[in-house]
Amino acid sequence: MGGYILKRLVSAVPVLFGITVIVFLIMSLIPGDPATAILGSYATPENVEKLNRDLGLDKPMVQRYFIWLGNMLTGDFGRSFSLNRPVIDVVLERFNATMILAGTSFVLCSILGILAGVVSATRQYGLADKAITFVVLIGISVPSFFLGMMLILLFAVNLRWLPVSGMYAIYGGGDLPDLIRHLIMPALALAAVATGVIARLSRSAMLEVLRQDYVRTARANGVSERRVIMGHALRVAMVSIFPVLGIQAGFVLSGAVYVEIVFQWPGVGRMLVDAILTRDLLLVQGGVVFVAACYVLFNIAVDVAQCLLDPRIKT
Amino acid sequence: MSAFLALLFRNRLAAMGLAVIAVILLLAMATPLLPLHDPDVIATADRFMRPLSEGRLLGTDHLGRDLLSRLLHGTRLSLAVGIAAALIAAVIGSAIGIVAGYFGGRTDNVVMRGVDMLMAFPYILLALAIVAALGPGLMNALIAVAAVNVPFFARNIRGITVGLAGREFIDAARLAGMGHTRIILTELLPNVLPVIVIAMSTTVGWMILETAGLSFLGLGSQPPQADLGSMLGEARSAMISHPHTSIVPGLMIFLIVMSINLLGDGVRDALDPRLRSGALSRPRATTLVRRQGATPPATDDLLAVQDLRTEFQVGKRNYRAVGGVSLAVKPGESLGVIGESGSGKSVTALSVMGLVASPPGAITGGAVRFQGEDLIGAPYEALRQKRGDRVAYVFQDPLATLHPLYRVGQQLTETIRSHRNLSKSEARMRAIQLLNDVRIPNAERRVDDYPHEMSGGMRQRVGIAMALANEPDVIIADEPTTALDVTVQAQILCLLDDLRRERGLAIIFITHDFGVVAQLCDRIAVMYAGRIVEEGPTQAVLGAPAHPYTRRLIACVPELGGGRRELAAIPGLPPVLDDLPPGCAFAPRCTKAEESCRQGEIPLQGPALHAVRCLFPERAP
Repeated sequence: MGGYILKRLVSAVPVLFGITVIVFLIMSLIPGDPATAILGSYATPENVEKLNRDLGLDKPMVQRYFIWLGNMLTGDFGRSFSLNRPVIDVVLERFNATMILAGTSFVLCSILGILAGVVSATRQYGLADKAITFVVLIGISVPSFFLGMMLILLFAVNLRWLPVSGMYAIYGGGDLPDLIRHLIMPALALAAVATGVIARLSRSAMLEVLRQDYVRTARANGVSERRVIMGHALRVAMVSIFPVLGIQAGFVLSGAVYVEIVFQWPGVGRMLVDAILTRDLLLVQGGVVFVAACYVLFNIAVDVAQCLLDPRIKT
Repeated sequence: MSAFLALLFRNRLAAMGLAVIAVILLLAMATPLLPLHDPDVIATADRFMRPLSEGRLLGTDHLGRDLLSRLLHGTRLSLAVGIAAALIAAVIGSAIGIVAGYFGGRTDNVVMRGVDMLMAFPYILLALAIVAALGPGLMNALIAVAAVNVPFFARNIRGITVGLAGREFIDAARLAGMGHTRIILTELLPNVLPVIVIAMSTTVGWMILETAGLSFLGLGSQPPQADLGSMLGEARSAMISHPHTSIVPGLMIFLIVMSINLLGDGVRDALDPRLRSGALSRPRATTLVRRQGATPPATDDLLAVQDLRTEFQVGKRNYRAVGGVSLAVKPGESLGVIGESGSGKSVTALSVMGLVASPPGAITGGAVRFQGEDLIGAPYEALRQKRGDRVAYVFQDPLATLHPLYRVGQQLTETIRSHRNLSKSEARMRAIQLLNDVRIPNAERRVDDYPHEMSGGMRQRVGIAMALANEPDVIIADEPTTALDVTVQAQILCLLDDLRRERGLAIIFITHDFGVVAQLCDRIAVMYAGRIVEEGPTQAVLGAPAHPYTRRLIACVPELGGGRRELAAIPGLPPVLDDLPPGCAFAPRCTKAEESCRQGEIPLQGPALHAVRCLFPERAP
């Protein structure tokens, strides 16, 4: 197992390298002179030239790439000019908030989705199955940003149960219950689509497994139906559900951008959108590379867990 | 194609999705022709008019612009951008996929590595990076969304192309001297095109949603131009005071995405042959019971199957798999049930403990009595407590019947702990003991093996150990050695026979192998088309078969050392079980059949123990 983890980590190196190349290439697509783009068309030629020198933009592209890469490897992602802080500090701080939101949503959609799928499969064509199928259809069709807005209207504005937005109350907040109260709506809005996708998949995976001979064996041995479903059948279904959880994690992370905007959540997605609108390109570049790298590592973790889940995979 | 459309329309939801998206498309196309207000005319005096106000069906927005007009223009724009993005992604992605798949080798390797790297990004990061570089704007958002979806098409189409590139017609084209470009355009593309279209139809909703999302973030369409996403984004600041300005565009996005999803599901279901036959349904914990007629009275047998009837309902057809079978065993007795595939012997065996998959199966008559207690229609818990405890099964293919992801020890201990109150360690000791009993060497080590780490013979021993786990009174062995080679077969059969003698078990062997029954069974029942046609002591039945079917079945068995003998296959096929002829089911294949054989019920009768269901038995039994 240790060898397998090492192998996967080594195989991630070219992917991470490729990610930096792709981001770098995209960023050099900027039409015209980047310094002019940053400073605006009223900048004096002297200022443009100075900024170009400061940003190292007067050097050839390949050299620029390796300088950038080298700096990143030492933890220097450059400086955000709009916030006037090191990019890495901003990204780490914001990433933390995103992880709280996306992590909660991910746990939520995994548990709810799998449970809904299992219930749906075991009551196939029953009332519960039809109800779940209907809710799931709506869940996968409603855009997270629209769902978020509707949740705010209902639970924050009309019912006044939950705070409208933000991560903590401005006055007297900051503890865990406060965070949870702020987290409920954005986490639900973000989890909806993924829950639907996972529920559908779990349903069909369970239906497939429940027809297998070893399920009949378990029943023939007098194993209780609860254990047959939640043990024997779900255990095998998990093998096909698990990779999709990994894919959905990427979608949850992506959807976080919208939900963070709707709920004013101080996460990395909102930071990126703000950075794009203020043309703070170093912040965009650093944020994208950092989050993408984390996602690659997360996928390795998913692969490793998949091996633990299925002893038939040769490691 | 027409069959496909028929299937699609039989799915009412898909048809509904199609209708909704068709209406929306028509409205979007007709928008410039409709008598609408100018979507961009600002009238601050008319701000936030409520829906259904005079002349303003959906009200007005924060600048007093007509919402209905803006909604339709926005829908038009969103659809156009989403479809354009889908087209661009499909064209570029498919081109990359076809080139990689067709040329293979290094080209394929390099291209697909690049695609993998693009797929390593959560999609929105890539889109954001592209928009960041190009600047906000609807055109740039379109490019970003298209670019993000290129890898999806590239990977899918490459997979299809790789499969096609190795086919004969491509080789033929090459030998005919066609150039690569011509082969790709005239030979490959027409075959790949349907896949591209399907992939596009399933992703276009997604792309509409993604462009709307970017516009919502303020990175797509810029004012005064508005698609659905930017309408929603602009309305957000007034959401609390005037929710209708948000709800109108939001609902439209929802409707578009949902109808495309419904349509996509319908397409997928219509293309999936498994769903077409409706085969994907889960079996319940116990077989359904729809018993008609009286329940036969109890007997003093250990296990008695009495006039059992089990049917399968597939579509409108009713297959009578078991049509009134009676069997019984006493303690220590072994009974062989023999017959061809499809004769109903396995279904009989599974009916005993309610293990016939239902749907589609159902028990429609008779009784199964264990020590006099009827198990058919018994409450689930009563049945569960007997399963694996008093009546245990050994199944045919141990690789399919053992759980692939549990260690064999876990499966054994679970069987034990389902019926007995033992601690985990006690149950484990017992499991090792059981593995020893079935002569598995190194039981202490093998107990932690997964089934896939064992040989077929070892797995079948585990199956037997599992059946023995709770010292049952009856073991039903359903072709326990069919999947094994001959030497292992003999070992397993000896093992079962030894255990029977040692423990006084009753064993019912379900098999099509006369060798097995001759060696092990006290009595034999021969099944044909869901009924018993002959039953009696092993020697009597094998030595002097009374039913023409039994005689011919025995004649099919090659004899070792018996010299060269012509093997006599039985002409014809077993009857179809949903349309059984009256009278003897074997009559159409029987050389001795008379007119009377094809009429009325023929009883199973005969002197003493040797009974036969035949009007003209081979020899007076």
